[in-house]
Amino acid sequence: MIELTVYGIVFGSIISLGAIGLTLVFGIIRFANFAHGDLMSSGAYVALFMVTSALAWIGIPDTNFGMLSFGWRMLIAFPVAMFAVAAIAIALDRILYRKLRAKKSHAVIMAMSSLGAAFILRMLILIFWGADSLFYRPGMLRPAIEFPLNIKIRPDQILILIVVFSLVVLLHLYLQKTKMGKAMRATADNMELALVSGIDTERVIMMTWGLGGGLAAAGGILYGIDVQLHPYMGWNFLIPLFAATILGTVGNIYGALVGGLVIGIAQQVSTAFLMPTYKPAVAFILMILILLFRPKGIFGGKE
Amino acid sequence: MTILTAENITAGYTTEVNILTDVNIRLESGQIVSVIGPNGAGKSTLLKSIFGILKPVKGKIRLKNEDITGLKPNNVAQKGISYVPQVDNVFPSLTIQENLEMGAFIRDDDFSRRLNEIYELFPVLGERKKQKAGHLSGGQRQMVAMGRALMVDPTVLLLDEPSAGLAPNLVEMIFEKIISINKTGVSMIIVEQNAREALKMADYGYVLAMGRNVLDDTGDSLLANEEVGRLYLGG
Repeated sequence: MIELTVYGIVFGSIISLGAIGLTLVFGIIRFANFAHGDLMSSGAYVALFMVTSALAWIGIPDTNFGMLSFGWRMLIAFPVAMFAVAAIAIALDRILYRKLRAKKSHAVIMAMSSLGAAFILRMLILIFWGADSLFYRPGMLRPAIEFPLNIKIRPDQILILIVVFSLVVLLHLYLQKTKMGKAMRATADNMELALVSGIDTERVIMMTWGLGGGLAAAGGILYGIDVQLHPYMGWNFLIPLFAATILGTVGNIYGALVGGLVIGIAQQVSTAFLMPTYKPAVAFILMILILLFRPKGIFGGKE
Repeated sequence: MTILTAENITAGYTTEVNILTDVNIRLESGQIVSVIGPNGAGKSTLLKSIFGILKPVKGKIRLKNEDITGLKPNNVAQKGISYVPQVDNVFPSLTIQENLEMGAFIRDDDFSRRLNEIYELFPVLGERKKQKAGHLSGGQRQMVAMGRALMVDPTVLLLDEPSAGLAPNLVEMIFEKIISINKTGVSMIIVEQNAREALKMADYGYVLAMGRNVLDDTGDSLLANEEVGRLYLGG
C-alpha cells in the first residue's frame, strides 16, 4: 500500500507537470487544450530521437549515470526536447489558435481545433516510430533499491521526483519574481487591463505556450524513463490531466500540482482493489465526482 | 498648448450601430476636462476610442501633433497616455505592489522612485503593498487602479467614472487625489456621472447626449448654466 502510494506520487508528479501547463494555458486563453497530452508524447519522442539517433550520430557515449537507466545522452536530450516542444506549442498557437482568437472564435471551436492538432501530432509519431511500445534503453534491467517497510523504489523514480520538484520551484520563482512571470499572472487575471497597462499580451501568450510545452515535454520524457513510450501515451494522459486540473481549480498552478498528485495516488492505489486496466477509469470517475460536487475545485470559490 | 484632440469621432461596438457621432473634444496642457451626460451618452465609449480599445469608424485622435488613431492600447500607453477603466481595473490575484509594477511594464528604467511617489500620494497602499488587490475595498481598489496608471508618468490620464460605486466620503477623497495628481502636471479627461463634482474641479467641460456634443464651456459656466443644471445636475 505504501509502495503503491509512492508509485502514485511518481506518476502523479508527472501528471502534475502536464496539468500545470494545461492550467497555465487555460488561465490565459481560456480554452481546453486537448493537444496537451500529445505535446507530452511529442517531448518523449523528440528525446527518443535525440538519444537513439542524433546524439549517437555525433558520438556521445551511451553510458549510464550510476544506478540510473540513462546517461549523458538523456541529460542533453532532456532540455533540447523541452525547447523543441515549446517551439511546437508556440508554432501551433501561431498557425492555428491565434487566428481563431483574432476571429473571436468560441472556446468550443478552439478546443475542437486543438483536438485536430492532437491527432496530427499523434499520427506523426505513428508514422515515424510505429505503433509499438518503445524504451529509451531497451532490455536493460532496472533494479530497485529496498527501503524500510518493504518499499522498493527504482533510482530513476527518485530522480523523477527531484526533477519535478526542481521544475516546480523554478516555475514558482519565474512567476513570482520576474517581470514576464508577473505579467503572465496579470494577463491571466484580466487580459483587457493587461493590454491597457501596456503589456504585450501576444508575447505573454507566446511565453505561456512555451512554458506549457516545455513542462509537457519534461513530463512525457519522465514517463518514458519510468515506464515506456507509446504513441497513445499522451491521449491516455488526457483524462488524468483534466481531472488534476479541475480538482486543483482551473487556472491555479499550485492546485494543478496537488491535483496531479491526488489523481496519481488514487490511480495507483486503486490497483490494490481493482484490475490495473481499470486505472484510467479511476481518474475519470474522480473527474465526474469533482464536477458534480465541487466544480470549482479545491482552491476555488473564494472570489 | 493643446495636448490631445478628438476630432469628429464616430465609433461603436458593432459596424451597424454607432454610439458616438462626430464628437469633438480638446484637452489643453495641464487642464482637467470633464465629460458629463446621461447614462448611455457614450462617455465611456469616447475614452475607449481615445485609448485605442475601440477603433473609431471615422475621425482622428491627435496627441500633441501626432495622429494616434487606430493604435493598439499598449502602443497608446507608450505614447504617454494612461487609462483607468471604470470596472475590473485591478489585477485581483496580484499584490498592490505587483499591480503598480504592471503599470510600469513598458518602463525599462528603474521605477522605484516613482513607486515611492505613488505610495506618498496614497499612503494606505504603501502600508498594504503585500496585500492582494482582490481583497481591497472599493476606494482602495480605485487608488490601486489610479496608481497603476500613474506609474508610467503619463502626460494624459483618462479616468472613467472614478467615483462610481463609492461611499460619499470616499468620493470626496478620490476627487481630492485627482486634483493633487493634476497639480503635478498631469492633464486629464474625466468621465463622470457625478456631474456637479466633476464640473467643479474641471477647467473645461463637455456635455454629451445620445453620442453627440451638446454643449461645452468652462467648468464654472456650465455649473452656472440653467439648462445644464436642470437636465444634468438634478435641479
